[in-house]
Amino acid sequence: MSSFTLISAALRRKKTRTFLTFSSVVFAFLIFGVLSMLQTAFSMGAEIANEDRLVVRHRVSLFQLLPQSYEADMEEIPGVVDAIHMTWFGGVYQDPSNFFMQSPVEPAEYLDMYPEILVSDEAKLRWIETRNGAIAGRALVERLGWEVGDRIPIQPTIWRQAGRDDDAWEFELVGVYDADVEGFDQTQFLFRYDFFDEARSFGRGQVGWFMVRIADPDRAPEIAAAIDDTFQNSAAETKSESEGAFAAGFANQVGNLGLIVTSILAAVFFTILLVAGNTMAQSVRERIGEIGLLKALGFTGARVQRLVLMESVTLVTTAGFLGMVLAVGLERVLRPALAAYFPGLFLRPEDLLIGLGLAVATGLVVGVFPARRAMRLETALALRRL
Amino acid sequence: MSETSFSDTAAGNGAAAEAMVDVRSVSRTFHRGRTPVPVLKDLSLRMEKGEFLALMGPSGSGKSTLLNLIAGLDRPTGGEVIVGGSPIHRLSERKLAAWRARNIGFVFQFSNLLGALSAERNVAVPLLLTSFSSGERRRRVAIALEIVGLSERGKHRPRELSGGEQQRVGIARALVNDPMLLVCDEPTGDLDRATSAEILDLLVALNRDHGKTILMVTHDPVAAERASRTLHLEDGRLAECGHDGTIVVPVHEPAGAAV
Repeated sequence: MSSFTLISAALRRKKTRTFLTFSSVVFAFLIFGVLSMLQTAFSMGAEIANEDRLVVRHRVSLFQLLPQSYEADMEEIPGVVDAIHMTWFGGVYQDPSNFFMQSPVEPAEYLDMYPEILVSDEAKLRWIETRNGAIAGRALVERLGWEVGDRIPIQPTIWRQAGRDDDAWEFELVGVYDADVEGFDQTQFLFRYDFFDEARSFGRGQVGWFMVRIADPDRAPEIAAAIDDTFQNSAAETKSESEGAFAAGFANQVGNLGLIVTSILAAVFFTILLVAGNTMAQSVRERIGEIGLLKALGFTGARVQRLVLMESVTLVTTAGFLGMVLAVGLERVLRPALAAYFPGLFLRPEDLLIGLGLAVATGLVVGVFPARRAMRLETALALRRL
Repeated sequence: MSETSFSDTAAGNGAAAEAMVDVRSVSRTFHRGRTPVPVLKDLSLRMEKGEFLALMGPSGSGKSTLLNLIAGLDRPTGGEVIVGGSPIHRLSERKLAAWRARNIGFVFQFSNLLGALSAERNVAVPLLLTSFSSGERRRRVAIALEIVGLSERGKHRPRELSGGEQQRVGIARALVNDPMLLVCDEPTGDLDRATSAEILDLLVALNRDHGKTILMVTHDPVAAERASRTLHLEDGRLAECGHDGTIVVPVHEPAGAAV
């Protein structure tokens, strides 16, 4: 028998109340886990962004086109190592609900720019050999049940084929890519730019945006300014920024997600403080005689204080731990199911640690006042409540 | 199991003429708002080791206050309280708690057992404050339950025990640390006549066979009759009672002198 026996006895005293409080805390930490996952999903682009990559887009908006010839101009700027271009294709595969990102790229250059992408040599070779060849991320392929060699028809919404206005673009899936970075988007569909550029009905030689690799990430602002200066006063002025800033800006189009998540969590935890705090306060109030008895038996005020505090920490931490375990379980279910929409949807180990730390801190805050009250109880007066 | 005491010296020391409790000119004043309310005034009391003393008196006479002072639950406004040779009125809160854990066994009107714990775990609660090994703790719990005649009920929860059995578990809890003084506050106040008699038989046996010094506060003259001596407390003053209940000797005249 140890002090924990007394703590356990106190928690089992009013089982229904303890269960309800426990459940509220479990639910709060489940919400914490889910919101952390969502926040990660939205911020993952910025987090995994490479420091040595810049995004160069039209100064007006991402959807305004830029001349493909900018690529060569940019590669002349000191500090720029390489530049590639991408374009928003925006087609529909079978049904608009099958949304995924499609872009024409130059295969070899693209794979050089993104070493995170893992694709077999055989697939690379076939992509270069096959004019209408395309590669797709593993999550997308699994979601849509594709296999290498499949013909993938994509109905255009922007880019129609010259002379074939209503026809779908037909691609051949030549490979599947994986990524060696957690959260990297594995839902892209990438096909050859030369095939796209020759077949499209308008906008030849125009692209959506550029990805630029720079030699020294510390010089990123300076090089971005140099790029923008190069195209200043041209028909298509540019806006250059780091990949991280670009991704964060893209995520913030949904709203300030960090603030939204923090506000919801603050409300949830404030409620938990009230619920669990009320439980502990009530529990101590009902046990004044019992606490007097413990003190009469020789338990010091400090020891009684520790017991009440441990009771509170045990209740909240156990429930918080269970809530986080449930969140991990939910992640195991949601992650594969939603990978196509939220490639970065996962619970980071640091969020689990923050959750557990929050649980211990909540337990301490909730228990501190009842514990002090228990410590200060006068033994003789408390015994009258027996 | 044949062991029925915690140490070799526990039994048979009731005859020693050594003061267990020496209360000297004690006063205790409470405050209701700014108004002082004196409850005990210049009161002295001596209780010998091995004695079974009953303390009677009307409600509000200060019985529980005196009991609390002797048990180290409260401090006097003036005077000295010496128990087992220790001037406990001088001890700090922390030392007083440790002293109570070692030396005092409490029996209350309601056993106040922890409902979620079995009888033997309730008995073991005071042992959490000791450094005894788990084996020694189990031995002491077994002895305490055997003394009160509940060896077979150790695994039962309080709700599975009768009122008398719960009070016996309370007494076992008071005994488990082998205290030098057993303090009982209305131990039969919540029990029927037959169960009260059983509890009183147990207290008498603890005093007679195990040498326990017992101080019992009671309203019940029948309970008081079982003690070896009865004192009557009224208006903050003590008087000794005869066995017919009449007050025969003023206990404390003049201040500072002790019976």
